Amino acid sequence: MTSNNERARLDRREVIKKILSGNDEVLAIGGLGNAGYDLVAARGDYALDFTIHGAGMGGAPMVGLGLALMQPQRRVVVVLGDGDMLMGLGSLATIAAQRPPNLAIVVMDNERYQETGDQPTATRFGADIAGIAAAAGFPVALRLDDPARLEDAVGKVLNATGPVLVNVKISDAPAPQLPKTRDGVLMKLRFREKLLGSPN
Amino acid sequence: MQADSESAAAVSAHDWPLAVHQALRDAGITVVAYVPDGAHRRLIELCAADGEMRMVPLTTEAEGPCVLAGAWLGGGRGVLLMQSSGLGNCINNFGLLKAGQFPFLTLVTVRGSWGEANPWMLYMGRNTRPLLELADFHAYEVDRPEDAAPTVAAAAQMVFACGSGAGVLLTQRLTGAKRFKA
Repeated sequence: MTSNNERARLDRREVIKKILSGNDEVLAIGGLGNAGYDLVAARGDYALDFTIHGAGMGGAPMVGLGLALMQPQRRVVVVLGDGDMLMGLGSLATIAAQRPPNLAIVVMDNERYQETGDQPTATRFGADIAGIAAAAGFPVALRLDDPARLEDAVGKVLNATGPVLVNVKISDAPAPQLPKTRDGVLMKLRFREKLLGSPN
Repeated sequence: MQADSESAAAVSAHDWPLAVHQALRDAGITVVAYVPDGAHRRLIELCAADGEMRMVPLTTEAEGPCVLAGAWLGGGRGVLLMQSSGLGNCINNFGLLKAGQFPFLTLVTVRGSWGEANPWMLYMGRNTRPLLELADFHAYEVDRPEDAAPTVAAAAQMVFACGSGAGVLLTQRLTGAKRFKA
């Protein structure tokens, strides 16, 4: 059986650094598992990152939508894994209907539930998340499996009129966990304080 | 004049969706996430006509806690309108609300609560309050139209001031039970 993963060759940390390193104005939401640590790799344990660590699987794109609707002048980037995205596929229809121009979703697709023992996800068997997003009505939805197209994809994540979805076929090599808080109250308060000037 | 304004207030109180819409406006709600229910129809229409409320129809109520948490991060206040059946779809995402102590206001029309004729609705109707309480949210039942708006106002004030959660349960004594031909 030919694996889609034979074409998966991007390094998730290299991708996220291209998107977020130095872009301190971007508001970022991280999904479960390694996605939260991706954000740390790009810009440390940062106040304008809010990450989800268990409850809320499938929900990161909707957190991003709520944020994008309230902050239309700011770019909002949601980073999550393929298993996480597959749990919230309906949200792609919800988001497409709202058409937030400032929202981008980056799916780090290693075709497996890496946190729980490398069980295959539906993308391993051909589910095409970018295709699903396009069919839901996303004006920009693309699959990135060629490092030569990374710069173009990053440009779309940061600047294209959204909603944008980029499904990145990544290497399945484990990425290291990095130091970060998992305290949701702390993340919420510091996010609001930095963005709004007051935590309350 | 006094009598006129009193009678206008009485009419308004009995038009509970109108009064509830005003209570949501007064609470600063600008995001209305919902999965429709027949008993929510007029309130949804009033909010959609408001102009200052962003309507976010959901594919599943599970999206509701998440979009409201995101709105709060961005400085907004939202409400989730749903039927009791939808409460079950939300439960795992209540963990996100609890982990971040996010405010959560939901108005739930409770099928299976009074005069229900559809046995498929009884399970979630019977379990709406217990499930909200298991989530450590407040639950306020509303049976009378004049109680609807004050209950929403009180719940909203508490939720947004305390970072807590509350469900206002609009029972079928208030909304009327759905009629079936057989």
